[in-house]
Amino acid sequence: MADPVVELQGVRKSFDTIDVLRGVSFALAKGETLVVMGGSGSGKTVLLRLIAGLIRPDAGQIRLFGRSIERLREEELLPVRRRMGYVFQGAALFDSLSVYENVAYPLREHTSLREGEIEARVVRNLGLVGLGREVLRLLPSELSGGMKKRAGIARALSASPELLLFDEPTAGLDPTNSKLVAELIQALHGGVCDTAIVVTHDLELAKTVGDRVAVLIDGRFAAIGPVAEILETDNAAVQAFLAGEAR
Amino acid sequence: METYLRRTVVWYGGVGLLTGHVLRSLALPPKYFRLVVREVEVMGVQSLGVALTAAIFTGMVFTLQSAVNMARFGAESYVGPVAALAILRELGPVLTAILVGGKVASGITAELGSMKVTEQIDALRTLGVNHVKRLVVPRVLASLVVFPLLTVLSDAVGVLGGMAIMYLERGADMWAYWNTTTYWVVPKDFLTGVGKAVFFGAVVTLIGCYNGLSTEGGTEGLGRATTATVVHVTMGVIVSDFFLTKLFLTLFY
Repeated sequence: MADPVVELQGVRKSFDTIDVLRGVSFALAKGETLVVMGGSGSGKTVLLRLIAGLIRPDAGQIRLFGRSIERLREEELLPVRRRMGYVFQGAALFDSLSVYENVAYPLREHTSLREGEIEARVVRNLGLVGLGREVLRLLPSELSGGMKKRAGIARALSASPELLLFDEPTAGLDPTNSKLVAELIQALHGGVCDTAIVVTHDLELAKTVGDRVAVLIDGRFAAIGPVAEILETDNAAVQAFLAGEAR
Repeated sequence: METYLRRTVVWYGGVGLLTGHVLRSLALPPKYFRLVVREVEVMGVQSLGVALTAAIFTGMVFTLQSAVNMARFGAESYVGPVAALAILRELGPVLTAILVGGKVASGITAELGSMKVTEQIDALRTLGVNHVKRLVVPRVLASLVVFPLLTVLSDAVGVLGGMAIMYLERGADMWAYWNTTTYWVVPKDFLTGVGKAVFFGAVVTLIGCYNGLSTEGGTEGLGRATTATVVHVTMGVIVSDFFLTKLFLTLFY
């Protein structure tokens, strides 16, 4: 494998007395989409936040774009984060800014583009996620759940990321919007950003977008591999999780 | 008790680390000059009414009480300098910091806390934005301008309010009152008060920002953080005022 975009080795994370992650290791190559599945509270979001450098691991190593990040200071992490996009479960749009200003935000912060060029990029990114000009002046509070998610993806795409991190992209959406978001992630994979980690408990989404699937159980990857392989696994814990029988 | 001590140590440590982060961020681009100007407007202009109302009534009450009681010792002619010294050195900076600081800092905590619980702070960080530089530094810089300016205005209004009430209630000669006051009050009395205001401005803003950025526990936690900010600001100003007073008395008097 060429230099992995993301590489974790023996990553552990605890909160108070609860061991959430107990030694997670994997590598993600360029052009690959990894879907991380697991039950509620299994540590999927914690894993994503560790990869984004939002929290620090207790032990283990996290390498992004070939650089070890677990000991970097906040200011040193910023250039690394500019190479990735993070789509939050609740979209986390800036609620006092319009959709236009939200999507334009990374461009205003990190580029010296003129207003006309910024507008063109904002409209293009919103178009990629299926949103038209009619939402430009709306505030996040005026959007539906699905539209918020898509606006969040458009904002993450603004910085032309090399890696996209999705936190439960279909959570709280109706089947139609879930399908739309899944198709969108698939489309991005083939074009704008070809490397992604998707955290979800939605098996249909995993089947649609995942090159590989990892199942997080008891703080470790109980299984990791191509989707078909995971569906056929003989690991009892993974089978129970996929069948919705895990407790 | 152990939990309380741990929380206290974590809080002081957190405010200290945030201060360090602010100082480091000052030198980094971008400069966010427009945000500083906007914060000056939000903090200063919108707090003017509160600061000046408190100042004029405090000046009048203090002067009136002083006049009634100092008359018993035949020292009513010294009410002017006594009131002016109290206002310039203590009442002006401290009352402004507590009133405006409480208002400004609790507003900051509510805003940043709301951003924290809705993951907007994390969103900023994932977009590669230095959230301290973007959210905290402009507020701290604005406070270094706003608090001394408000204190100067409060000083003026407080002293003039005292003079007016002496004329209206006690029939004092305003010219004599002003002359006695300016004879006894020297520039360093005024400047040490303004110096305190600079320090108070930075302290209350940092407290507001830290409590906002460390908010946990959803909307209930946000309520707790905002209430805690008012208490922390009040205590912070009162306690630090004692140490600043000791320091200034040692250095300048």
